[in-house]
Amino acid sequence: MKKEIPLAITFITGLIIIVTFFIPHQPLGTMQQRLLIWYSIVLGFTMLLGMDSLLRSNLQRIARRSPGWPFALVLIIGFLGTLAAGIYTWATSESLLSLGSSFMYVYTYFIIPLQATMFSLLAFFIASAAYRAFRARTLEATLLLITAAVVMLGRVPIGAEISQWLPDSASWIMEVPQMAAKRGIFIGVALGTIAMSLRVILGLERTYLT
Amino acid sequence: MMQIIGTWIAAGLTLAIFSFLYKDNPFYKFAEHLYVGVSAAYAILYVLYFDVKPLLVDKFISEQGGERWILLVPAAFGLMMLARWIPKVSWLSRWSIALTVGIAAGLGITGQIQGILLPQIRGTLVPLTTVNNVLMVVGVISTLIYFYFSAAHKGALRYGARLGMVFIMMAFGASFGYTVMARISLLIGRLHFLVYEWLRLVK
Repeated sequence: MKKEIPLAITFITGLIIIVTFFIPHQPLGTMQQRLLIWYSIVLGFTMLLGMDSLLRSNLQRIARRSPGWPFALVLIIGFLGTLAAGIYTWATSESLLSLGSSFMYVYTYFIIPLQATMFSLLAFFIASAAYRAFRARTLEATLLLITAAVVMLGRVPIGAEISQWLPDSASWIMEVPQMAAKRGIFIGVALGTIAMSLRVILGLERTYLT
Repeated sequence: MMQIIGTWIAAGLTLAIFSFLYKDNPFYKFAEHLYVGVSAAYAILYVLYFDVKPLLVDKFISEQGGERWILLVPAAFGLMMLARWIPKVSWLSRWSIALTVGIAAGLGITGQIQGILLPQIRGTLVPLTTVNNVLMVVGVISTLIYFYFSAAHKGALRYGARLGMVFIMMAFGASFGYTVMARISLLIGRLHFLVYEWLRLVK
């Protein structure tokens, strides 16, 4: 029963979503919307599991004095500090995202700079990866090199200064060959997702229960 | 005053992350761990405030009759998810996982058909009156052939797959260029912050 009931729940909910897609009338009409709301609520609870896991693993690092444990302490202080700022804002402000609130202060002066800088670092690492990948040894690598160079130059003012051909070519690459290949990939991914979803609903794919 | 302190904190954290360009160091590790902790708490509060509170708590208070009591079902599934904390009843969390997987699988079928598959096919079925339209159709079909693994790529399929590879490489190159430009844009944003807002070297 520990496996049959979850399989039945998956089958019934999956089937309801599919049936309501084809028969959007009452009483089925509102079922899809209702299930989507339930989905969001249950996912909200999983965030608590994530919080527990994050705190537990880092507290263990501190307790065992594992290498780099002071950084685990930094993580926990950052976590609890943000949580405290959020709860305070929740209790005292109109909205969690009220301008000037302590929660937005954390967002503006901690999360935005950390996130933007972390992603901007990738510019350097992508450049070094490109140096290795783009050596024009084969036809494929040469195509990769040329299209990347044209798109990069075509998207900045200096590209148009060099030649109007660059921005025009960049637009053409994005609209025709790039779009064609992406369409092929999207169609393949969609077909794969549909096949996998059917396997899950029919109970042929059960790895999520292990 | 708080704004000035915030700007100094943001500048310090920005420089700490940039220090990784030299090599891995304690300043970077400090900023990295802080980022994980702060972001996790932000995400949890965001979901609780914008999903769980309005969809469950507020609705339970405002609704009447059956609409009110039916909200106990997702609440029960949510609590079952937390059963993982109690080893004796941790199997109950499978019910909640099954619910989310079932909904996601159902949406996987309807959403992909409605949102991806049909629009992409519709966009590909264009009149073959221009070179670009011909290239579009040939590109989509050859890309699909490249990812078709149910038969060996021999004969006509081999040429189709080879052509598909050409389109895919052009797409990857374009995506790469696009990603680089987005990252460079972020880098310019951070340097702009340091020069204009923190150091105020340029007015």
